[in-house]
Amino acid sequence: MSDQPSSPTRRRLLMAAPLVVAGGVGVGFWRMLSGMTKGSFDPHDIHAPALNRPVPDFALPDQAPGTGFSAADLRGLKAPVLVNYFASWCIPCVAEMPVLNALKDKLPIWGIAYKDKPEHALGFVQRAGNPYARIAADHDGLAAIDWGVSGVPETFLVGPGGVIRWHTASPITEAMITNTIMPLADSLKP
Amino acid sequence: MNPELGNFALALACCMAAGQAILPLIGASRRDARLMALAPALAVGQMIALITSFACLIHAAITNDFSVQNVAANSAVSKPLLYKITGVWGNHEGSVLLWAMILSICGGAVALFGRNLPSALQARVIAVLGGVAAGFELFCLTTSNPFARVWPAPMDGQGMNPLLQDPGLAFHPPILYTGYVGFAVPFAFAIAALIEGRVDAAWGRWVRPWAVAAWCFLTCGIAMGSWWSYYVLGWGGYWFWDPVENASLIPWLTGTALVHSAIVVEKREALKIWTVLLAIGTFSFSLSGTFLVRSGILNSVHAFANDPARGVFILGLLALVIGGSLLLFAIRAPQLTTGGLFAPVSREGLLVLNNILLCSICAVVLTGTMYPPFMSLLFGKTISVGKPFFDATTIPLAIPLMVFMGFGPMMPWKRAQMWPVLRRLWWAACVTGVALVAATFQMREILPVLATATAVWVICSSVADIAERLRLFRQPLGQSWQRARSLPRAVFGAALAHAGVGIVVLGIAGMSQAAHRIVEVHVGQSEMLAGDSWTLTDVKPAEGPNYTALVATIEVRHNGRLVTTLHPSKRTFASQHQTTTEVAIHTNLMADIYGVLGDKHGDDANPTYVLRLHYNPLAPWMWLGGLIMALGGALSLSDRRVRVGAPRRANTVDVVVVP
Repeated sequence: MSDQPSSPTRRRLLMAAPLVVAGGVGVGFWRMLSGMTKGSFDPHDIHAPALNRPVPDFALPDQAPGTGFSAADLRGLKAPVLVNYFASWCIPCVAEMPVLNALKDKLPIWGIAYKDKPEHALGFVQRAGNPYARIAADHDGLAAIDWGVSGVPETFLVGPGGVIRWHTASPITEAMITNTIMPLADSLKP
Repeated sequence: MNPELGNFALALACCMAAGQAILPLIGASRRDARLMALAPALAVGQMIALITSFACLIHAAITNDFSVQNVAANSAVSKPLLYKITGVWGNHEGSVLLWAMILSICGGAVALFGRNLPSALQARVIAVLGGVAAGFELFCLTTSNPFARVWPAPMDGQGMNPLLQDPGLAFHPPILYTGYVGFAVPFAFAIAALIEGRVDAAWGRWVRPWAVAAWCFLTCGIAMGSWWSYYVLGWGGYWFWDPVENASLIPWLTGTALVHSAIVVEKREALKIWTVLLAIGTFSFSLSGTFLVRSGILNSVHAFANDPARGVFILGLLALVIGGSLLLFAIRAPQLTTGGLFAPVSREGLLVLNNILLCSICAVVLTGTMYPPFMSLLFGKTISVGKPFFDATTIPLAIPLMVFMGFGPMMPWKRAQMWPVLRRLWWAACVTGVALVAATFQMREILPVLATATAVWVICSSVADIAERLRLFRQPLGQSWQRARSLPRAVFGAALAHAGVGIVVLGIAGMSQAAHRIVEVHVGQSEMLAGDSWTLTDVKPAEGPNYTALVATIEVRHNGRLVTTLHPSKRTFASQHQTTTEVAIHTNLMADIYGVLGDKHGDDANPTYVLRLHYNPLAPWMWLGGLIMALGGALSLSDRRVRVGAPRRANTVDVVVVP
């Protein structure tokens, strides 16, 4: 860079490097574009959660005031649980907290704090009255991608053996609980 | 002023641009003065044609000519006049036309202000600009024609995205595009230099004002964009590391490196090849960033209408412009002569360090932006790269950059000693130490503390630099004043721009301490945040020109004394079935008090409202600092040395006039 003399061949190779890099990136873009027209490549696609399939592999650390959990914990379950993705920065999550609090005695709820600072998530859970039996922290949102989470709040009903039985990408309502979640959860109980 | 005239003017401009690309190049290689003289004429002609074309589109939008498909899709009778005009560039077709028009204005500017350039260089620069312009005008005509008609014409248009109906966004795209497109001029200078096989001090001096001008616009554009997302999106954030934002940050980083490395070319004839590469790279990043976002490859919240078919044309054009210029670079650059040598501790040495750090930040941002689509293409994995990655990688690179920024302007050229420089900066170092201690007590997090201290360091060392040059307080004030008048404005400009960076970073560090709460309250209920009591006193419906709104009144009191009354609102646009939130911000320049009205819950008899309350310390400094940076650039552009006394080349080759 400081224009020091070097051998002509090395110099030539060095000066051709930007072209080679740009060419490689260009080929990549071309493959993406042709994939998009054919439908084989979609950058906006986030793999949808598979209903009636086991939960993805993950292991998440504790989020105060609860303890973290992993895929193995869910797969070892004998009774259904509700897994709820939330974040302190999400307005609909505030709105669904009273509903979750009313539900927590009938069905255990495990929370996952999505892309949240631990102290913010802690404050949020404490203000909301903590509906969660266990709370894990997904700081970088990588587990969320495997779960197929598109935003918060998002909730999964996980049956015995860690199989996803039901899923919604909107806040939980009273109607959802009485009409869908509780009947399904009762049918899954051993 | 009808759409057909606009379409014709666009086609005419495209033809003139093609002529502008080919004829002067032939002229310059044959040294034919008449062909070269065509260059400025064609550039001005193309500029006039495109301005006419753009005026026709604005005219169609103002007169509600819904037979024009673009106006029908993006405008409506009920839209306020200002947004009818600004809506012209709020969509894909119109913004491509705006882009082409700014490019033609750049060509016209080189033709009009570049008269002191050697005629062959000027002809080649204008030819390269013409070539790029021809490509984009062809793109405009064939795949995204803003003048396409629709039949039968609808009675009313569909209206534009309500998020874009905002005074901030009205002027954001033209300024940002001027920044992007402005880097076409240094790019054209670089290509012309490669064709000539000659880069020297004079070249550095000619290219730098254009790069500085583009940099000023880009800085302003980015600051405005960040400000817009701060007060329109209502998330209380100002930078989301979204691909669209990164697409503007990447050329800004390389552009900043270019502005600095061009100084070295101008003063010392070193770093020539590197500067040429930066000029090519900066424009290449501007081009690919903006256009790849529109092809839909990059996943962004600022989605334009995505169309892969359009993307193929763009990619072809990019391959031609970027691939062609890098090929020319690979062939010609090894033959360029290398320049002056210098010691590592010197002004040049620090400018090299500045370039390395800026380009490292750029590489990191580029990697973070491009990683998800490439992972998806190569391994079929979907991943997201977000704020944590960018924060963890860019801040540790930005902090040393700022530390060295304090020393740079004081260093002598060629070979320097550290000690005299340190001695002149002692008081800046003391202030920085005090700031470090104070910040440690206030913030307790390592990165904001370091950011605050380095920001204070940059500001103080800029002041110290000027004070030193004026011999302030060591001479009578009158003599300092005399010195100030004879000091080049570029020196003040550089100090101002550096201080602006410090102010921006102080703002960012302050924002890291922002407090916010999301609360659900009844009317009359109070909540505490950041030592203030926030009371929702009223929620009322209101009518706007093309929307209905729900307006809340929040009183913010500090120890019982009324600080401000906020009126955040939620607007519902009937024609698009879309709602937007209007943030209410009260600022005292030291902090922003920021309120957002969220959803309504419960029945109408006893409703509750979700409110987002933010207390953002030093938030306005981020945009103020950006403005100061741009002002610094503008000040250095007004330097006498730029306006007059342009240098002559050492041995100018006389043009042979062919009879």
